[in-house]
Amino acid sequence: MLINQFLLLGAVLFCIGVYGVIARRNAVLVLMSIELILNSVNINLLAFALRNGADIAGHTFALYVIAVAAAEVGVGLAIVLLIYRNRRSIALDELSTMKG
Amino acid sequence: MLASATAESAGWFLEHAWIIPIVPAVGFLFELFLGKRTGKLSNHGAYFGVAALFVALVLSCGAALNWIDRADAGHGDHSALVVSGAGESLPVLSAEGEGGHSVGTTATPVIKQWTWWSNGGTTFSIGQHVDGLAVVLLVVVSFISFFVHLYSLEYVRGDRRFTHFFAALTLFTASMLNMVIAENTLQLLLGWELMGLCSFMLIGHWWEEEPNARAALKAFFTTRTGDVGLLVGICILYFSTGTFSIKDTNEVALAGTIDSRVLMWAAIALFVGCIGKSGQFPLHTWLPDAMAGPTPVSSLLHSSTMVVAGVYLVARLYGVFYQGFDMAGGGVNLILVISVITILISGLLACVQTDIKKVLAYSTVGQLAYMMLGLGAGAWTMAVFHIFTHAFFKALLFLCAGSVAHSGSHHSFDMKKDMGGLWRKMPITFWTWMLGTVSLCGIIPFAGFFSKDEILANVGYQGYELFMWLGLLGAFFTAAYMGRATYLTFLGSPRGAAAGEHHEEAHDPHAGHDAHAAHDSHAAHDSHGAHDSHGAHDSHGPHESPALITVPLVVLAVVSVASGFLNALPFGLEYFTNWFEPASQEYFPKLSHAPFHWSEALISVAIALAGLLVGLGLFAKDFGPLKGLTKRFAPARWGHTFLVNKYYLDALYEQVVVRALAHPIARAAYWVNQRVIDQIVNTAGRISAGLGRWVYRWIDQGVVDGVVNGAGMTASGSGEGLKGIQSGKVQQYGALLFGAASVAAIVLVVYIRAK
Amino acid sequence: MGMTSNNWVLSAGVFAPLVGVAVMLFVPKSEEQLHKVIALATALVTLGIGVFTLLKFDFDQANVLQFFVDEKWIPVVKARYVIGLDGISLPLYILSMVIVVLVMIYSWNHIPSPGNPKAFLMLMLVLATGMNGTFVAQDLILFFVFFEVVLLPMYFMIGVWGGEQRQYASLKFFLYTMFGSAFMLIAFLGLFFQTGAESFVISELSVGAAALTKGTQALIFAGMFLGFAVKVPMFPFHTWLPDAHTQAPTQGSVLLAAILLKLGTYGFVRIAIPILPLGAKEWAPWIGLLAVIGIIYGALGCLAQTDMKRLIAFSSVAHMGFVMLGISTLTDFGINAALFGMVAHGLITGMLFFVAGSVKDRYHTLEINRLGGMLKQLPKLGWILGFCAMASLGLPGLAGFWGEFPAILAAYQPMEGLNTGLFRGYMVVAAIGTVFAAAYLLWLYQRTAFGEPKPEFADGGHEGHGGHDAGGHGHGGHGHEDEHGDAHGADLHDVNAYEWVAWAPLLLAIVVFGLVPDLMFRVMDPAVTDLVRNAKAAIGIGG
Repeated sequence: MLINQFLLLGAVLFCIGVYGVIARRNAVLVLMSIELILNSVNINLLAFALRNGADIAGHTFALYVIAVAAAEVGVGLAIVLLIYRNRRSIALDELSTMKG
Repeated sequence: MLASATAESAGWFLEHAWIIPIVPAVGFLFELFLGKRTGKLSNHGAYFGVAALFVALVLSCGAALNWIDRADAGHGDHSALVVSGAGESLPVLSAEGEGGHSVGTTATPVIKQWTWWSNGGTTFSIGQHVDGLAVVLLVVVSFISFFVHLYSLEYVRGDRRFTHFFAALTLFTASMLNMVIAENTLQLLLGWELMGLCSFMLIGHWWEEEPNARAALKAFFTTRTGDVGLLVGICILYFSTGTFSIKDTNEVALAGTIDSRVLMWAAIALFVGCIGKSGQFPLHTWLPDAMAGPTPVSSLLHSSTMVVAGVYLVARLYGVFYQGFDMAGGGVNLILVISVITILISGLLACVQTDIKKVLAYSTVGQLAYMMLGLGAGAWTMAVFHIFTHAFFKALLFLCAGSVAHSGSHHSFDMKKDMGGLWRKMPITFWTWMLGTVSLCGIIPFAGFFSKDEILANVGYQGYELFMWLGLLGAFFTAAYMGRATYLTFLGSPRGAAAGEHHEEAHDPHAGHDAHAAHDSHAAHDSHGAHDSHGAHDSHGPHESPALITVPLVVLAVVSVASGFLNALPFGLEYFTNWFEPASQEYFPKLSHAPFHWSEALISVAIALAGLLVGLGLFAKDFGPLKGLTKRFAPARWGHTFLVNKYYLDALYEQVVVRALAHPIARAAYWVNQRVIDQIVNTAGRISAGLGRWVYRWIDQGVVDGVVNGAGMTASGSGEGLKGIQSGKVQQYGALLFGAASVAAIVLVVYIRAK
Repeated sequence: MGMTSNNWVLSAGVFAPLVGVAVMLFVPKSEEQLHKVIALATALVTLGIGVFTLLKFDFDQANVLQFFVDEKWIPVVKARYVIGLDGISLPLYILSMVIVVLVMIYSWNHIPSPGNPKAFLMLMLVLATGMNGTFVAQDLILFFVFFEVVLLPMYFMIGVWGGEQRQYASLKFFLYTMFGSAFMLIAFLGLFFQTGAESFVISELSVGAAALTKGTQALIFAGMFLGFAVKVPMFPFHTWLPDAHTQAPTQGSVLLAAILLKLGTYGFVRIAIPILPLGAKEWAPWIGLLAVIGIIYGALGCLAQTDMKRLIAFSSVAHMGFVMLGISTLTDFGINAALFGMVAHGLITGMLFFVAGSVKDRYHTLEINRLGGMLKQLPKLGWILGFCAMASLGLPGLAGFWGEFPAILAAYQPMEGLNTGLFRGYMVVAAIGTVFAAAYLLWLYQRTAFGEPKPEFADGGHEGHGGHDAGGHGHGGHGHEDEHGDAHGADLHDVNAYEWVAWAPLLLAIVVFGLVPDLMFRVMDPAVTDLVRNAKAAIGIGG
């Protein structure tokens, strides 16, 4: 079956997510965008899993991604919290002390 | 393969001639290490040298006598003794005696070899090659060196570096003796360079004064420049003949198996070395400056022995030069051209010198050129004979000059300022000087006539008429400047120090001040700032020199006169030729000899006499009361000469004509010498130094090191530049990441699509 | 392979200094005298082992690797512990030990600021290990290890105990040499992989390399060339040398000049040419060109110098030019000349640097236009300088001549296949180079030793009292340890006892090897002849 619409959806979500990662100042929003990216990838995976039928690799991988995303969000939010505590702000473009 | 030839003994002295250089070398070591310690006992080491030289002289005379016996026996079928140090006899070349050679000897050289070094599987030897030529030089060198050592005992007494002086003198003799008997070109090179070292040490003996140090350096550099040619020549010869051995090299060269062009290049290269060492044009400029050293040094090294090394080299490797320059063909070759130029320029230059040693120095240059002229024209024996006779009378002349300085002109060598009228006060010196002078000028029956004029005769005989006449012109000049020098030094009225005026200059604290007690030293006001000190500073006026100085003078004078008769062709005496010229040897070319003609002889004697008188008369500038007596015409003046000798000598004034001719030309020659040729040398030095500075600053430090530093700066610079990528901002990293990933993805897609 | 009797000897000789280092580690820093004793003792023991090696060496088989050892070392990279000694290595091996001993003696009262003999002497011993090891290593990785080991101690010696610009000089030395070594390592690896050999042992690689094409050989040779050329140093890779030599302390300069420079040329003879003869033949004209440029360029550089040590450093460039010229001819004359020249240069230039160091000690300056009249104030030192100058310019009768003349001779007729016209041109240039050598050395001598002392130092010294001036070196080295108070901080006493003891062997060796060169030629010649013969066979030239 045709999976074009799913791929398209995934692409659109991906782009929105990338935009969010690159262009948003707020760290939490960036994290959310990353989630969006991950989910778009999930959609992509599932679409192809649907297409391939017998192969469950896609499904497995999607589950894997969900788990990793969850972990990553946890850690990410923790970091954001710490940054907030130390710098009173979570605007990413102000955080450049590690420059070369 | 190894023939057990009956080794016919050549005489103990000949067989053991290799000891001769070792004796002075041992003497040198004694002087160096024990000289100071034994103090007065050995006269601060000098006696070691004198003793060593005496032994060397005895051994050399013994060798000479052995050789004469051998030469007289002249058996053709007694093979050359080639005995290796281990005692085995090597395959032997039998020299075939040819009948029909009326001159020369068929005696073969006495050769010994020991292994010196090995390379590439072949061994190279050190040893002796003693033949007539070597024997002549052995005697000459040890004889003159011995007398110079004796002379120096007095002349250098009290000098600040007495022991050192003797050590260098003895080492020099050892090196030259080594060079003389050298069996191969490498050994010859060893002696050659060591002589250069000793010359450097001796010229710069009073190195506190900068001119002396500079003269020493100039001598070393100039000879070293010539040595480039020598090195190259030795290399060429080795590879074309396959051996370093002198005998074999000559033989192979004469056998005609080698491309003559290669031999020519080898000969040219070797000759460049000779030009440097023997002070020929254009590398002659060091020799007059070398007079900065003490007079015994000038007498030994720079007149009779060391400078002869170049001539000796040509004579030794004559086979190479003969073939290389195609002397059999009779064409003009490099040797002839250079030597005749040298004769002429040195003759003119000597006419305008005020320093007596410089006159003699230029004279030496000229006489060496005569020897080279002879060699270049195929007159080998005469050239060698001239080495022989010239050594004696030139050494004599220098020692006379030293005697004058020592006791007559208060350490000054300036003829114009400080000499004159000394013949009364220093009779021995004067008469020995005169004997040396007439010998040098080539007046019969003194030694120089039999050698120098025979060279010219042979040059003419071989077909080089022009060169012969130019040589005669040179003889005229020789006589002229010697006459002038004689007049200025011994005749006329005393001037300056010779008149007893004692010029005291301020005692510089550094001038010759050293810790030897009981002597004084003073800066001498002579042209090269050389000074030495002597013990008892006695009467102010000029006086004859002590015995240690005059005895060598007398001995040398006697020998100078007598040596001529060894080969007096007019009287049918041909001992020299018969004893020392190799005949029917494979390593020596066949030469022809000019027969003696009285007409030629008389012409040359007349020319010499004319020159002498011209010199005495015309070049003499008298400062006495009879000055300005006359500007007469030549014939009138000549008439006077034979009548009132003394008067004539005191009363003369220069002819305007002669003055116009001789002085400007000679001065011009001198100017060219100093301002052009020497200037080129100096400029070359300056350019090299400047080039060195430029290269160092711009290329080495600027470019090459700049590249290195630049590499470092590039590394750090690019690091600085690339630093900007790391901004610390996570989002930019992210952007980069996505950007790169998308590019990769596109590439991948396109690539897969293209597939 | 090689003779294996007494095969502990070489390892002992190489690692003995490390034993001394270990001992010194436990001695506290303050015990300076004890450190010097231990260090000297270690060096002497090492020299003793060296002498033992010399005695046990079979001179009739000088072309065979003796005291051979072949053990497993690092099987993972196929590196084995293979060492051996033949006629080519022997002189350099002994020279290395001797120089270390002499430098130790010299250091007895000459530890440069900031002191700390413990560290200084330990570094020297480590350096000794590296040097000794390089000359006996027969496995390329082992060679590389020892080759690099010498860099660190020298870096520290220059960097800590050196002159005013020591940081720059030591860093430059280290990085520059390492840069070259990087290429050398690549070449080694390339060789290994291309030949498909089972190990890095030189003899095996030689066999394998015979199958390589000319182009490959040339390429690998280029890598090795770079590594060795920096070390030699060859023009234009020489710019580290003047700085390193000038800034290094005396002992460092001596070791650098006497031994470290030889590692490069030794590498050519031991590794590059035997394994890659075809490559060598391709490169020979270029090496010869750079060599003669080095001769002239070094001489010109010398003429421009105002600092005595820097002048001597440039003269090293010129001398190594002669050595490389000899090597580039690929003949037995040439390579023998090169090896002899290496030893001679080590003796002579080592001696020159010693003299320079002593001059620095006394005058506190090495500026030539501030020096002068040394023969008056320090006659013995002046004499020694003159002697070394004569030896350095290649006077026959002293060791230097035998490094130069056979090289010039060899250039006249290089190996078949090489352009004789080109090499003869090199020969003439090299001969002219000898004149330049005379020029800069004697000019230096005239300015520093002749003439009068400059007013600055005129009262700083004491005149040689009668009986001492210029009588040559008195035997038995009686010390002139008088020190006069001076007005300018200059302390002009003549040569003292330690210096005599340290220098006398060198001076003697220069004369002995100059007069009887066969002592060394006899040892090297068989191995060199074999080398050239094998190279020719590999190239395919008959005879």
